Amino acid sequence: MQPLSRTTRIVGALWLAVTLAVMAQGFREAIFLTPADAAQGDVGRIFYYHVPIAMLSLLFPYVNFAASLAFLFWRTRNPLRALTSDALALASAEVTIAYTSICLITGSIWGRAAWGIWWTWDERLTSELILCLIYIAYVMLRRFSATGQTQTLAAVLSVFAAVDVPIVYMSIRWWRTQHPAPVFGGGPDSGMDKSMLPAFFWNLATWTLWGLFLLTARFLLERRNQMTEQDEALRAIEASLEISQ
Amino acid sequence: MIYLRQVLAHLRKDLRLEWRSRDSINGMLFFSLLVVVVYSLAFDPTGYPTTTRQISGGVLWVSILFASVSALNQAWTREQRNQVLDAHRMAAAPASALFLGKALANFLFVTAVELVLAPIFVVFFNLHPLGQTSLLLLILPLGTWALVLNGTFFAALGLRARNRELLLPLILFPIAIPSLLAMIQATTAVLTGDDMLNPLLWIQMLAGYDIIFTIICLLLFDTVLHAE
Amino acid sequence: MTQTTAVQSAVLTPAAELVSASRLFGSFAALRNVTASFPAGSCTVILGENGAGKSTLLRMLAGLITPTRGTVQVLGQTPQQSRGRVAYMSHAPMVYEELTAMENLLYFQSLQGPGCACHGSPEMALRAVGLDPHLTRTVGQYSQGMRQRVSLARVLQTDPELLLLDEPFSNLDVSSAAQMVELLADFRTWPVAGGGQRTILLTTHQHHLAESLADRTLTMQHGSIASVTTREPAA
Repeated sequence: MQPLSRTTRIVGALWLAVTLAVMAQGFREAIFLTPADAAQGDVGRIFYYHVPIAMLSLLFPYVNFAASLAFLFWRTRNPLRALTSDALALASAEVTIAYTSICLITGSIWGRAAWGIWWTWDERLTSELILCLIYIAYVMLRRFSATGQTQTLAAVLSVFAAVDVPIVYMSIRWWRTQHPAPVFGGGPDSGMDKSMLPAFFWNLATWTLWGLFLLTARFLLERRNQMTEQDEALRAIEASLEISQ
Repeated sequence: MIYLRQVLAHLRKDLRLEWRSRDSINGMLFFSLLVVVVYSLAFDPTGYPTTTRQISGGVLWVSILFASVSALNQAWTREQRNQVLDAHRMAAAPASALFLGKALANFLFVTAVELVLAPIFVVFFNLHPLGQTSLLLLILPLGTWALVLNGTFFAALGLRARNRELLLPLILFPIAIPSLLAMIQATTAVLTGDDMLNPLLWIQMLAGYDIIFTIICLLLFDTVLHAE
Repeated sequence: MTQTTAVQSAVLTPAAELVSASRLFGSFAALRNVTASFPAGSCTVILGENGAGKSTLLRMLAGLITPTRGTVQVLGQTPQQSRGRVAYMSHAPMVYEELTAMENLLYFQSLQGPGCACHGSPEMALRAVGLDPHLTRTVGQYSQGMRQRVSLARVLQTDPELLLLDEPFSNLDVSSAAQMVELLADFRTWPVAGGGQRTILLTTHQHHLAESLADRTLTMQHGSIASVTTREPAA
C-alpha cells in the first residue's frame, strides 16, 4: 500500500483546517449574530444548515453521473482513467447519501417544530427521499455484484438514476406540494432578509468545503484500494510464474 | 428487418419455453392472488366502497409488482442453465434483440396474469368503478411495460450477483417509483371517477417513461451482457 | 492463382494468437503469461489436468473473458470483432432443454447475422453428428452423449473458421468419439466462403482419441504452456 504523498497530506490538512475555521464562523453567524427569524423564532436557524446541504445534495449526483459516463467511455479505451472515474463515481454516490440523509433529518426536525409533524409526503421531501433511496440502491448493487462486473454495472445504474431523478421530481410535483416555496426565485415574497445573508453564505461555504473534503478523501481511499488490488494481482501473477520455473 | 426477425425469434423461443414449463405464469398468478387475498384481510373491502375505490389501484399494482418481481428473478435463469447465455454472448445477433425479445415475452406473461387477476380482483373487492373504465386498456399495458422493461433489465444486471433475488427489488423499486405513482394515480382516477386526479396526465407521463427507458435499456444492454 | 495468395495470407496471419496473456480470478491465476500462436488450418490438441487453464484459454479465445494482462487476437481481430466466425462448444451443451434439437438449431441459426454463407442447414448439421432431425423428444430427455452431439451440431451449423471445443469426447463412448473425430477431420476440408482455412482447437483428457487429428499437441500445467509438440506432416 502506498502512503499518501506529502503534498496531498499537507493540502488535505490545510483544507480541513480552513473548513473547520469556516465552519466555526458559520456557526457563530447562524446561532449568535443573526437575529432570530421573525416568523419562526430560533427554530428557523436550522435553515442555515438545511438549505446549503439540500442544495449540495442535488449537486453531487451530477458528479456521479459525469464520472459514470466517463467510466463507460474510458472502459475499453483507457482502463486506468476508467478506474479513476469509477472511484470518483463511488465517492460522489456516498457523499450524496450522506448529504441527502442530513438534509432529510434536519428537515424533519424543522418540520416537527414548524408543522408539528416529523414527516409529510410533500413534493420536495419525497423527491429527496427517493434520491437518497436510489443512491442507496446504487451502493447496494456495488456491494452485491460479482467482482469485475461491479464498476460497469454501477455505471449503468447511474445512468438510469440520472434519467430517473428528473422524472421523479416532475411526477412528485404533479402529485402534491406542501413545502414552503423555494427561498430563491420562488415568487415575489422569496429571497432573504439582508441580515440573514452572511450566515447563509458562511454555511454554504462550510458545507461545500466539507463536501469536497469528504469527496476527495473517499476518492483517494478508493484509489488506494484499487492500487492495492492491482498490486496484489500483479504479485499473484509474478508469484505464480516463479513456481512454474 | 433482420433485427425484427431476431427479436421475434427470441420472443418465440421464450414463449415456447414458458408454454412447455408454465412455471412463471402459474407462479405469478397464484402469488398475486395470494397478495390480493392478504390485502382483503388487511381491511374490509366490501364494507367501505369509497375507501376501496381509493386504494384498489394501489393494491392491484402492488400485487402485480410483487408477482412480476418474483417471475423476473427467474427470467434469465433459463439462459444461464447449460450456459446458453455464453452462446448469446458469442452470437452475431445484437444483444438488445435478446433483451427486447425477453422483455416482450415477460410483458405477455404479466399481461396474461392481469387478464385473469382483474376480474377476480373486481369480485373480491366488490368494485364499482365510477370513471371511464376503457382507459384501463391504456393504463394496464403501459404500466406493465414500465415494470417489465426495467425489471428484465435489472434482473440481467444482477445475474451474477450474490443475493440475486434480493437485489432485483432493491434496484427496481426506487427507479420504478415515478412509473408506479403514475399507474396507481391513473388507475385510482378511473376507479373513483375523480376529475381532480386527471388520468390523462398520468397516462402521458407513463408513456413518456416507457419511451425513455426503452431507449436506455436497448442502448445499455450490450454493456451489461458483456460486463465481466 | 487468387486462391493460392488467399491461402498464403491465411497462413501468415495465425487463426488465433495470445501474447503474454494472464487471467486472474480473484488472486488465483488461471492463465499465466501464455504466449501462443495457432496457425490457420491447423488442429491443436490441448492436454492438461483439471484446473490447468485449458478452459480459460478457450473461453478467452471465444471472447467470453478478457485477459487481465496481455492481448488476444482471433482471425486478425479482437475476439469481440470476430463474433460469428468463431464457435465454442463447452462442457455444458449451451442449448435449451425444453426444446427439441431441431428447434434449438433453428433458433440459433436465426441469430446469425446476415450474409452468413452457412455451410449447412440445421438438418444437415444434425445428420452429420448422427442425430435424427425429426426427433420429437426435447433435449432434456436426451442422454449425455446425445446432448454432446446436439452441441456439436450447434457449433457446426454456424460454419465457423475457428472451432473451439472443450472436452468434446467427455461423455461419448469410444465408437461415437471415433465418429466425431472423423467428422472433425471432414470439417477441416469444408471450403470457407472467403477462402480461408478452418482451424480447430480442442481440449481433452483422452489424448489417444484425438491423436489422428492433431497437428500439434500442447500441454498445459498450472495455467501456462508446459510443452508443445508438432507432428511432422505425413509425406
